[in-house]
Amino acid sequence: MRLNAKVPSGPIEQKWDRHRFDLKLVNPANKRKFNIIMVGTGLAGGSAAATLAELGYNVKAFCFQDSPRRAHSIAAQGGINAAKNYQNDGDSVFRLFYDTVKGGDYRSREANVHRLAQVSVNIIDQCAAQGVPFAREYGGTLDNRSFGGAQVSRTFYSRGQTGQQLLLGAYQALERQIAAGKVTMYPRTEMLDVVLVDGRARGIVTRDLVTGEISSHAADAVVLATGGYSNVFFLSTNAMNCNATAIWRAHRRGAHFANPCFTQIHPTCIPVSGDYQSKLTLMSESLRNDGRIWVPKEKGDKRPANQIPEAERDYYLERKYPSFGNLVPRDVASRNAKDVCDEGRGVGPTGLGVYLDFSEAIGRLGKKAISERYGNLFEMYEKITGEDPYEVPMRIYPALHYTMGGLWVDYNLMTSIDGLYAIGEANFSDHGANRLGASALMQGLADGYFVLPYTIGDYLSQHMGEKITTDHEAFVATEAAVKERTEKLLATNGTRTVDSFHRELGKLMWDHCGMARNEAGLKSALEKIPALEEEFWRDVKVVGSSDGVNQSLEKAGRVADFFELARLMCYDALERSESCGGHFREESQTPEGEALRKDDEFSYVSAWGYNQDGEPQLTKEDLEFEYVKLTQRSYK
Amino acid sequence: MDLTLKVWRQAGPDAEGRMQSYEAPGVSPEMSFLEMLDVVNERLEINGEEPIVFDHDCREGICGACSLMIDGVAHGPQAATTACQLHMRHFKDGDEVTIEPWRSAAFPVLKDLMVDRSAFDRIIQAGGYISINTGSAPDANEVLVPKVDADQAFEAAACIGCGACVAQCPNGAAQLFTSAKISHLGLVPQGQPERELRVISMVAQMEDEAFGSCTNHRECEAVCPKEISIDFIARMNRDYLKARTTSRSK
Ligand SMILES: Cc1cc2nc3c(=O)[nH]c(=O)nc-3n(C[C@H](O)[C@H](O)[C@H](O)COP(=O)(O)OP(=O)(O)OC[C@H]3O[C@@H](n4cnc5c(N)ncnc54)[C@H](O)[C@@H]3O)c2cc1C
Ligand code: SF4
Ligand code: FES
Repeated sequence: MRLNAKVPSGPIEQKWDRHRFDLKLVNPANKRKFNIIMVGTGLAGGSAAATLAELGYNVKAFCFQDSPRRAHSIAAQGGINAAKNYQNDGDSVFRLFYDTVKGGDYRSREANVHRLAQVSVNIIDQCAAQGVPFAREYGGTLDNRSFGGAQVSRTFYSRGQTGQQLLLGAYQALERQIAAGKVTMYPRTEMLDVVLVDGRARGIVTRDLVTGEISSHAADAVVLATGGYSNVFFLSTNAMNCNATAIWRAHRRGAHFANPCFTQIHPTCIPVSGDYQSKLTLMSESLRNDGRIWVPKEKGDKRPANQIPEAERDYYLERKYPSFGNLVPRDVASRNAKDVCDEGRGVGPTGLGVYLDFSEAIGRLGKKAISERYGNLFEMYEKITGEDPYEVPMRIYPALHYTMGGLWVDYNLMTSIDGLYAIGEANFSDHGANRLGASALMQGLADGYFVLPYTIGDYLSQHMGEKITTDHEAFVATEAAVKERTEKLLATNGTRTVDSFHRELGKLMWDHCGMARNEAGLKSALEKIPALEEEFWRDVKVVGSSDGVNQSLEKAGRVADFFELARLMCYDALERSESCGGHFREESQTPEGEALRKDDEFSYVSAWGYNQDGEPQLTKEDLEFEYVKLTQRSYK
Repeated sequence: MDLTLKVWRQAGPDAEGRMQSYEAPGVSPEMSFLEMLDVVNERLEINGEEPIVFDHDCREGICGACSLMIDGVAHGPQAATTACQLHMRHFKDGDEVTIEPWRSAAFPVLKDLMVDRSAFDRIIQAGGYISINTGSAPDANEVLVPKVDADQAFEAAACIGCGACVAQCPNGAAQLFTSAKISHLGLVPQGQPERELRVISMVAQMEDEAFGSCTNHRECEAVCPKEISIDFIARMNRDYLKARTTSRSK
């Protein structure tokens, strides 16, 4: 099997423009003859559905929340990047492109990333025109900040609620198209399978989460915009209901899954407080600008922070990385926190935490200045922990945050199934092995507003008038399979709750496929996961019926898919015996303990094919770097 | 700590509901309110009983999904805090806690504590947007927005669409929610061309839904987790009167 990425020829800065010219168009009168299914209405799906409807297509859009306004994108805090160079500090499309490829540790496709940087500027224009209340200077122009270690100020933001404001912009554009009758919205509806006819995606099977009804929907193309899969780990910063079902079901039907082991761990989250913990809360990265990270020098030192004298504290990031100090990249900060905790020097009741201390900054700048910068974050921390960070240092620990991997897509964002597209966090496209801060919002909106609406037309124009209805046998068979699976989950009637399995799976993944991975650990995970999965299907207890609301049934279906995805992640992590970006293989490190890439062996995208009866099949898409020079990162 | 919960159980939209008691022993003060419910639910499931249904997703106070009346107060006792961000350290051993869904004619109960808030989406559909197709926007810095206006627009735009304002209002009015969106868009220059049309049609939609009318109880502002100010209601009323008296949008 070969995968064709369909990257256009020509110089990189001309590829997208040329490609747009070469794409076939659907004439305006014909657009209304096409139906497109959009699964997911977060930033990526909401913006795409609205734009496709504006162009004249008929769109059916689906989300599992009660309103598209509640998609997980709403929770993004920090901001969105764009190469506007409004600050005149030397930013450019090429610099954003370069930073993103480098930040991704050279495991992304150059052409895609360049396009992303190009359209980033249009995103800001579009959102400002929608009335998104971005932060402004007194003169009325847009304000920027520097984010995630970037050397230019290119991040646009709305206080600490950028994701919310961008999503509401897309949501409002979507509601406008719903009112115009161009989009039919199906909230509280979950897609449970894709339907293929003659190898092409022609529809989906869904469950109405209120009535329980299973139904089919046919279309000319299907787009998945269903977000990331961090919740494989049970505990993550993602919303409770984020899941991988849509992309996993597509994978089972033939869509390749790319780089599943590329996951991002965020260093500044509030630590776990007990077994009942249901999710983790992110504290903005910006805190590391003024907070100093430390642990006691002695193992097992249980004294309260303020009783540990200065000389007995280890500011380990400042010690090990004198030039970057507390501002080292996310993966480096995370791994070091894990190391000191593994040594037994972690703080807090569980020993899985490090201090983020503001006392020095408060002494230097005053409490008022600190409260102006971080007041809302300090409040949030106090709400959750009951501790006042002005008085005692915050406790933080890394947590799962983002998944760079996802469905493999070509330059047109089409998966390896004809007519099936994936956009936003659901695809693997632009972030390589590590995503830079403020770049996920950019990618979701680039895909949704500016890329997919063009590229999908090229495909549709080649399939005029090929109508299909849900009476087709493929729909009937898929619906039957979905019903059978649902009934099976309900009929098992074992002794353990879905959450208990999910928690155990998450712990396994965190221990063996989390911040640091090694061959032995991954191999043992590949034995333990199938055993747990087998127990799940034998002993899970899902109460209630499939008619009407049944939240345990919803969870059960998602967790069943997480088991299969978890295995694939371990296969991928095992196969890639180099360290790169968020993927740290203990066998591949420099003498100083830093991640060591192996470009000669691993400059490729790992695209996995599903294999019902055995090990997944790997197809490699080789990566070539013509414009960016490969270097090893160093933060010493 | 050990608590007793009195929870509204209702099997479906047309079923009759009732309050039911549950013991919640061994609650940790570090738990969030929803984690406390998770624990109760896991125990129910093990015993073969249906878990209590409630809406939730982000558990960070931003998605607006969670919607619990806790001891008669929308989102519970802590000001400016959604139910998902409320922690059990605000309760004490032996407390009896009642948990009910939003109660409002416009938000029918679907099951237990889950309600249908689609009326809010329909209010937005009536005009809660700026009509600008993708691709036709001018450079973002071509339209200047005074910082004070941008900041005030943000204050209004911070609404999470949770519906607590409606649930707490003795009349079940949606003025705070509706005025927040009208004010957000009315405060920025990009929102001016449709300003009159917007207020007329959004208010009309609000009145078509089963919401009550506003008689200035101010309960909405008191429970709003995002502290949306009722000044926005006054602003909406001014805009509305003005729009009604100009001929263009009649
Ligand atoms: C706490 C936090 C902070 C973040 N901060 C930033 C930041 O500052 N800057 C940045 O750039 N990025 C940030 N990110 C990352 C960014 O928010 C996400 O990557 C991005 O919003 C994902 O958007 P999306 O549209 O792809 O998916 P989502 O917003 O997750 O939307 C998924 C959609 O799919 C639907 N869906 C899923 N499965 C199904 C199914 N089976 N059937 C029907 N519908 C389904 C959901 O209902 C939803 O509508 C942050 C992430 C987190 C967790
Ligand atoms: S105005 Fe406040 S209470 Fe009402 S929906 Fe918005 S955030 Fe919720
Ligand atoms: S669950 Fe999102 S606001 Fe409470």
